[in-house]
Amino acid sequence: MLLENLALTAEQQVASPTVDLHSLDTLWFQVAGTVCNLACSHCFISCSPTNHTHEHMPLSQVEEALAEAVELGVKEYYFTGGEPFLNREMEAILEATLRVGPATVLTNGLLLDPERCRRLAAMAKASDYSLDLRISLDGYSAEANDPIRGEGTFARILEGARNAAAAGLNPVMTVTEVHQENASAEGRLRFLDLLRERGIERPRLKVLPVFQIGAEAERSGAYETWQQLGESDAPEGSWDHLQCSSCRMVTDQGVWVCPILVNEPGGRMGERLADTLGGFELDHQACWTCHVHGVSCRT
Amino acid sequence: MSQRIVEAEQAKKRRTAKNKLTAHRGMATWGEKLVPLGDFRRVVQEHGQTLSAEHRRGAVRDFLHPTGDPTPVEGPYSRVAVFGGVYNNSHGLSALIEDATRRGAEAIYCLGDLGGFGPNPEKVWPLLEEGGVRSIQGNYEESLATGREDCNCGYADPRDNYFAEISYRYTAQHCSDAFKRWMGTLPRRRRLRVGDRELLLVHGSPRRINEFLFQSATPVPFLEVLLDQEGCDGLLCTHTGLHWHRRLPSGRDVVNVGVIGRPANDGRTEVWYSILSEAGDDIEVELVPLAYDHEALAREMRAEELPREFVETILTGWWTTCLEILPANERAASRF
Repeated sequence: MLLENLALTAEQQVASPTVDLHSLDTLWFQVAGTVCNLACSHCFISCSPTNHTHEHMPLSQVEEALAEAVELGVKEYYFTGGEPFLNREMEAILEATLRVGPATVLTNGLLLDPERCRRLAAMAKASDYSLDLRISLDGYSAEANDPIRGEGTFARILEGARNAAAAGLNPVMTVTEVHQENASAEGRLRFLDLLRERGIERPRLKVLPVFQIGAEAERSGAYETWQQLGESDAPEGSWDHLQCSSCRMVTDQGVWVCPILVNEPGGRMGERLADTLGGFELDHQACWTCHVHGVSCRT
Repeated sequence: MSQRIVEAEQAKKRRTAKNKLTAHRGMATWGEKLVPLGDFRRVVQEHGQTLSAEHRRGAVRDFLHPTGDPTPVEGPYSRVAVFGGVYNNSHGLSALIEDATRRGAEAIYCLGDLGGFGPNPEKVWPLLEEGGVRSIQGNYEESLATGREDCNCGYADPRDNYFAEISYRYTAQHCSDAFKRWMGTLPRRRRLRVGDRELLLVHGSPRRINEFLFQSATPVPFLEVLLDQEGCDGLLCTHTGLHWHRRLPSGRDVVNVGVIGRPANDGRTEVWYSILSEAGDDIEVELVPLAYDHEALAREMRAEELPREFVETILTGWWTTCLEILPANERAASRF
């Protein structure tokens, strides 16, 4: 009897709900592919110097997508990788983007030298739209951060953040819940104090949950089978709280549903944006994290 | 002893993870597995769809279909005043009605958020009624009328939410049930004609009552598509607290009309509203700074023991709260 019940539950879980795209507000670019100058142990897409699952996107490919995005009325653009500033055309890509909308770059901060920050600040000033930098940091000390992000990165990340702030590009520091206390009120205050101590007068902070896929699954364990969405999980029958109801992700390999599932072939929806305006079946376990944590990768 | 074993296990796990991570050469990450890059690329191309050029055009057309809004159109008028965000500021509201009337506004519209931030919410109601102000619901009215536990302002940062909660709790406690019920009767949107132009009035955006349309984060192509879908010649919104006007390449106007409840984070104590006037077959948009007795408001806020941060904003013109939601440019223009 008990076994039958369990079997029934498993069967019910197979029918995954579908999320519609109500508008294409947020367009992501995997602009540096999965190539990174770090190999963080919690990276949900296992980026590293040698991971070429997705390659750098050339400016021409970004421009093609921007042309489509303008027609579709995209509201904001996000760039990630890997490390976006490894892409040699990154600044030209940002310039092209800032002509049509606001841009946010998710960076590890290591390549934010004073010169680059000055150029980025000048670019931002010349645009009607905001340019935001989001810099990842995973602890209030080298002892907490460096085992995750790599030896010596704590100091280099904060230096990049300071360079950005000094140029007038006040970055948003992005912290994951890789250390549980990071998300607590006390943890947030500690981060804000740390940033002020390091000369960032008006610290900005975003806390994100970890996704138990990629390197993070190796580090802390993968999802359990019950962590899967069903139709009845939809609050008031709607999935509009999920970012995939208003975003798509472009990589050199095509268009994906969201920034999280780019290493899942099932996350690929088409070749061009126009191919991907239909619904997406929420059949991946990472979808569970977005739903339960109410998370959006956008700032 | 057992602690040391655990640590040794963890160290081993870290080493293993690191080895795997650097073993990508020629391999791709597929979830938690490494597979030959060529295999990944092949499988990937089998997923998703590739439409023909014609079907792509059809898909985009269907996706961007018009909303077919049945809201009746009011007017036509040759001059109207439009404002948002009263935030319990009865002093500002009195000044607005006087100023707009003096400038010849034939109708006065409020885009919602009557409560929050300031003192004594109930004072606003008779002023709206006597002034003949036509309102729509903001997220505050929606929340108060439906008994929500929060203002649904749409903030993401705990620092913003901390003060938002204080504002909402105060307003909810000091609002009569009759006022809350009245808020619930207000429409979600209005349409009105000024001269030849049909304008859509919403609180946040036509899509969401609490969507923030900041100038530096609301691009032209997005707005052109939105106005096409809504079938209007202009869009008037509020919610952010920061006023702006943009004439689109199509000749249509988008105006964040500003708020009269608190200053616009510009170091001035005035608050802002908008006047829209017929100008031949065109329309003229004026963003108007409005002086009012802000010292009287500050005194009343102190008497009600509202946070000193709020009072400081009224007296200096600089925001001390709700700063984390601002995009880079708006934040850079802030004092705090």
